[in-house]
Formats: sequence, C-alpha cells, structure tokens
Amino acid sequence: MTNILQPIGAAVLIALEQIGRIALFAIEAIGLAFRPPFRLRLIGRQLIDVGYYSLPVVGLTAIFTGMVLVLQSYTGFTRFNAEAAIPNVVVISLTRELGPVLAGLMVAGRIGAAMAAEIGTMRVTEQIDALSTLSTNPIKYLVVPRLVAGLIALPLLVAVADIIGVFGGYVIAIYKLGFNSSAYIKNTVDFVTSLDVVSGLVKAAVFGFIVALMGCYNGYHSRGGAQGVGAATTNAVVSASILILVFNYMLTEAFFSR
Amino acid sequence: MSEAPKIAVTGLYKSFGPKQVLKGLDIQVEPGQSLVVIGGSGSGKSVLIKCIIGLMRPDAGSVRIDGRETTNLSGSAREAVRSKFGMLFQGSALFDSLRVWENVAFGLIEGERMARREAKEVALAKLAAVGLEPTVAELYPAELSGGMQKRVALARAIAKEPEIIFFDEPTTGLDPIMSDVINKLILKCVRDLGATAVSITHDMVSARFIADRIAMIHDGRIVWDGKAGEIDRSGNHFVDQFIHGRAEGPIKMPVRSL
Repeated sequence: MTNILQPIGAAVLIALEQIGRIALFAIEAIGLAFRPPFRLRLIGRQLIDVGYYSLPVVGLTAIFTGMVLVLQSYTGFTRFNAEAAIPNVVVISLTRELGPVLAGLMVAGRIGAAMAAEIGTMRVTEQIDALSTLSTNPIKYLVVPRLVAGLIALPLLVAVADIIGVFGGYVIAIYKLGFNSSAYIKNTVDFVTSLDVVSGLVKAAVFGFIVALMGCYNGYHSRGGAQGVGAATTNAVVSASILILVFNYMLTEAFFSR
Repeated sequence: MSEAPKIAVTGLYKSFGPKQVLKGLDIQVEPGQSLVVIGGSGSGKSVLIKCIIGLMRPDAGSVRIDGRETTNLSGSAREAVRSKFGMLFQGSALFDSLRVWENVAFGLIEGERMARREAKEVALAKLAAVGLEPTVAELYPAELSGGMQKRVALARAIAKEPEIIFFDEPTTGLDPIMSDVINKLILKCVRDLGATAVSITHDMVSARFIADRIAMIHDGRIVWDGKAGEIDRSGNHFVDQFIHGRAEGPIKMPVRSL
C-alpha cells in the first residue's frame, strides 16, 4: 500500500511547494507594484500588446461562439417552444462564462506564451542578471508592468467580446432563424443584469492576472538554454489554462451560489 | 577605511544540489587593482563573481565590499552596494528590445533617474570611448557583430562610472584581433576610471594583458595567487599545466560531468 501512496505524496508535496513559490513570487511583485517609480511607459506598452493586439483573436472567438450558441440552443429550445429564451441564454452564457473563459484561454496562448518566451530568453542570456547589475529590480521592471497590464486589459477585452458575441448570435437569429429583430434585442437587454456583466469582468481581471503571472513566473525561472525556454512557454500556457478553469469555478461559486 | 581591501572574500562555500562548487574560497582585491581569476571550465569562476555581486547567495562565508559585509543584504541596502558595480557579461547580455544608446544609458535612466536627453549625451560619450560612432547608437543590438556588441556592453558597464568592474570571459568567442581590441579597451577604461577590476577568463593572452595580479581557481579554492609577471615562475603544477594547456597534470578534466 505504501508503495502506491509514496509517489502520490511526493507529487502532492512538489505541487504544494510550487504553489508556495508562485504565491511568494506574486506577493513580491504586488509589493513592488505599489512602490515608486511607477513605469507608466512600460505598462502602456504591455497594455497595447495584451489588449489591443489580442482584439482580433478574442473578437473572432466571441463572434463564432455567439453564433454557435444561437444555433445549438435553437435546435434544443424549439422542441419546447421556448425560442423566446434564446436571447437570454446567449447573453447570460456569454457574459458570465464564455466571454471571460474563452478570452482568458486565447490570451493565455497568445500572451502568456510570449511573456514566458521573452522573459525566459532574457534569463538564459543573462539579461535579467544584467538588469540587477544596473540597479534595476528585474521583477519590478519586467513582471510588474505585465501583471498590471493583464489585470486591466482582459476586462476591457471581455467587455468588447461580450458585445461582439451577442452581436454574432443576433445576426444568426435574425438572418438565419427568422427572429424578430426588436424582440430579440428587447429580450437580450431585459434579461441581462449588471451582476452578469460585472461577474464576468471580475473573472476577466483575475484571469488576466493569472495569465501574466504564469507567463512571468515560468519565464523568470527558466534555465538551460533554448530547451528550458520552450519548457517554460509550455508550462506557462498549460498552467494558466488550468488555473483559469479552476478559478472560473470558484468565482462562479462565490458570485452565484447561495 | 582607505586601508580596507576593496573586496574581501573569506571562507566562501556554495553548492548546487550534491555538487560543491566553492569550498572555502578566500581572496582579497586591493583598491585600483586588476585581478584576473583563471581556471578551467566548471572550476567555480562564474559562481565566485555572482556571489560577490549578490546575484547568488553563498551557503557560507563572507563577502565584504569596502569593509562592509554584504552577504545578507537585500532590498535598498543591496541596491546601494550594487550601484558601485559594473559588469561585462560573457554573452554581452544587451537588452535586445532597446536601442544601443538606451542600453548604454539604462543604468542612468532606470537606476539613477537621469533625464533621457542627458543620459543619451553620456551614452554617446561612452560609446565614443569604446570607439563606436554615434550612428551605431540608434541601431538595435541584433544588428551588430559580436565584437561590436561586446564594445556596447563595455560602454554600458562603465556608463555609471562604477568603482568595481567585473569582466566575465571578456574575449570568449572573439577573433584574436577583436580580442586584442577589447583587452586594450578594458585596460583603458579601467585606468581612466581608476576602478578596481575583477575578471575571469581562461584566455591566457587576455589574462596577461589586463592583470596586475592573477589568481588560479581549482576545485573551489584558490591554488595560486601572485603578480601577473610571476606567473611563468610560479612553481605551481596547477598553474603550469593551465598556462601551457596540457591535458596531463594535477588537473583532471571530468570527461563525464555526472
């Protein structure tokens, strides 16, 4: 019996140690974020990278998700003559769940990977050591702007994604399924509550932070040349994606269970 | 205080897992002296420099800079000590997202909060000091040859006019002519600044050229230490084997590393 339990225990210990390290890394970065100098230039550059350049990817994801949601719920709901509930279902699933989760996953692939690769390369080419010798704290210079950008950019992206997704659903409902345009819009607007939208935006902020944190953490601790940077990039994307799904459940629980 | 050695390292131990790299290393550097540490690959040269700068924390032992213990410093006290240092990295470690002049001015802009325009003036002066034209200043590091990158890295290392400059394998990967150029520049820069210099290298041409004093490191300890001119009459088997590049002798190069 102990033969089976030992590797499980060892794996749990490694996982806990890793969680502890990530938490300490995050705490150090958050502490530094509130200490001047505040590098607005760097934050701005990251915001453009994380936010603006992710718009096409996130927008495409959102529009097709909205479209497919309408198609699928239509095939189900017509059996119960409940077509009127479709706008409601679409807007709530997009704002509460699909908008933030899918945007988070797409940004994890796009931005988390890029952050890990960039910072990882800086680590293995000694550029991070060079920062230290030039009286610049590498965590403050490299990590803090990325965390701040993730935290700010993702809610903005998700707000846009929500609108685009609902629009995608609207287009399919009106032009393919023959819904009445004004009734569809009225049903959408009447049913959606501020809690639906706000909970989605809070999730987005958490996911943005997670993506940037995992990208920076894995890159910062990469070692061993090109292979190490590759491993860091993979780890950044995989760990961020899983954490997004885990935190999504916990945040849903916190917002909506009573 | 003027009598205190610039750098005093005593009883330094550092291991990575089961591998002991430094085993009670002692060395002192007097103000204005140029010390070259020679030794084979894996003898602990780089680890020694990283421990002195504070990029690594030794397991035991003390590192005193200007008579002040630095091993347990962190935060702003560490930064204050680091501001005395400049370092030329083996792979140059230039920031590839920044232009050449921004690289050179980095420590001034980020570390000392100097205005960008003023810092650029200093950067151009330092680039001129290492023989680079102002036109190079607007290029990115990736657009330069290895020798030019080394020069830029040297300009960056001296930009803040540090009291102590570290050179990590300054001529590795350069052709003999460019090596000579870099050696001469190192000598000139160190003399102009009146700085203390610590270099590590396995290039004996370079070592003889830039050193006042040479120390040989083997198996985590200093095995010989003397004036540069006396190295051919050291009577030390380790040194003789190393400077004549013989495979046979007291130094056994591990063929298999683990």
